Amino acid sequence: MSGRPRAPSGTEAAPPAGRVEWMVSLPSLVWLTVLFVVPTLIVFAIAFKPVSSYGGIGAGWTLETMRSLANPNYPAIIWRTLWLSAVTMALCIVLAVPAGYCIARAAPRWRRLLLLLVIVPFWTSFLIRIFAWKVLLHPEGPLKRVLVALHLVDPATTLLYNAGSVLLVMVYTFLPFAILPIYAAAEKFDFRLVEAARDLGASSLRAFWSVFLPGIRRGVMTAILVVFIPALGSYVIPDVVGGPNAEMIGNKIAQRTFVDRNLPHASALSTFLTLAVLAPMIAALGLQGRKGRQPIIEEAG
Amino acid sequence: MNRSRVPLYTTLAVLLFFYLPIVVLVINSFNASRFGGTWDGWTLKWYAKLFTQRDIWLALKNTLIIAVGATAGSVVLGTTAAFALHRYGKSRLQRVHYSLIYTPLVVPEILMGISLLLFFVAIGAELGLFTIFLAHVTFCTSYVAMVVLARLQDFDFSIIEAAQDLGAGWWTTTWKVLLPLLAPGIAAGGLLAFTLSIDDFVISFFVAGPGSTTLPIRIYSMIKFGSPPLINALSTLLLVVTFTLVALSQRLTERRRA
Repeated sequence: MSGRPRAPSGTEAAPPAGRVEWMVSLPSLVWLTVLFVVPTLIVFAIAFKPVSSYGGIGAGWTLETMRSLANPNYPAIIWRTLWLSAVTMALCIVLAVPAGYCIARAAPRWRRLLLLLVIVPFWTSFLIRIFAWKVLLHPEGPLKRVLVALHLVDPATTLLYNAGSVLLVMVYTFLPFAILPIYAAAEKFDFRLVEAARDLGASSLRAFWSVFLPGIRRGVMTAILVVFIPALGSYVIPDVVGGPNAEMIGNKIAQRTFVDRNLPHASALSTFLTLAVLAPMIAALGLQGRKGRQPIIEEAG
Repeated sequence: MNRSRVPLYTTLAVLLFFYLPIVVLVINSFNASRFGGTWDGWTLKWYAKLFTQRDIWLALKNTLIIAVGATAGSVVLGTTAAFALHRYGKSRLQRVHYSLIYTPLVVPEILMGISLLLFFVAIGAELGLFTIFLAHVTFCTSYVAMVVLARLQDFDFSIIEAAQDLGAGWWTTTWKVLLPLLAPGIAAGGLLAFTLSIDDFVISFFVAGPGSTTLPIRIYSMIKFGSPPLINALSTLLLVVTFTLVALSQRLTERRRA
């Protein structure tokens, strides 16, 4: 993109560069300001509004709603949301790094097939994939029967409706999002570096840890973000395969919105979740800022 | 040099993990047993029953209307946005623009859902197909912009300059040179927007009103309250559609490479 001056040519006069820039930027700028920025600000504002007696939004301003986040059962739910998301992220990275490595090193024919197999679940309906697990984990379902037959679990154990089932389905849902950016980074990695390290006497574990991992750092960072942030906002997974004992912040937001019709409360929870989401994002952008500006999400698309 | 077998075994385990639930679901859709715990023989009755459910077809119609509209809207907004970001990437305006495009990609869906709901309530808009359409254009625009932007990175702008040197004006260059060359990227972005719109549940659920049930909203209420075999059958049909679409897009990209 050289900005070098060009002699005006042709019959139609080109509008001045500044005006063209505004013309092509304005549609998306206006749309996203009205339907993304303004709504987010409305949520922040309503979090400081009282609840009216009919469950609507009351007049005036109050800190009461925000303060109520500190009491009853919220801390437990917030803590569960954080640890479930963190463990999901860790498991996804642990599985995605070897998988990304394997796909990147496979022969071209196999690579295309493996990549396709990773992408297909990515394109299939998210609800259907969650439902498939509900069927599989059902007390009368196939997995339970196999596990009981193998004497691996007690017939009285429930596989469904606990934090474990939520964790399992979260890993299942977010794993393709972790594999794709790690594969993209591994594909660009020069594997001769690993061989060089081995020739110089590094063990394969050492070569992996000190050469390969730092080489795909950017991909791992993207994977962490695209798993951790959406995981924090999980709502359907704990709703379908979790139970009252596996609720996350997302469930509370939906419950306050649809069941209790308590919009200020739902807004207060959303404000908290927004802040929780912004923290890792700003950290990542800060880290990136030092290494030159380049989209992090790009490799995931 | 002997390579570790750990990555290979992990990958195979991951693929088994990915496909096991899907395979069980597909097999169960042909199972005569209502709860799927036992095998009571092959049947097609769930598929037959599916075709008699009028509300499912109505929901599918709503979904397709929204998806077509949202794709069209987001392709226009996303493409112009990507062009602006690429062409004027260094300016302060584009830095703000980029953050605006990028943030919706990482914000959890539930936050976008609730904020749009409160926005529509605040301006007194009636919830329905139109509010779902507005919401879908909002999140699809960012995806389209990212896909088109990625294609623009490989775009050779000297072609534009050549066209202008040969006497083509600004308008002609845009319509006759730039857009046709960008067509594959725009198509890829559009396909992604279409799929995302069809699949979206969380945001649609928040901004839907009476009579604007989409297919994912219908599936969700079937999961919560309905009969499992019907969802198995419906899911299998949707999986067939997905596999066909993925295979098609794969064939298209392969042919272009050849």
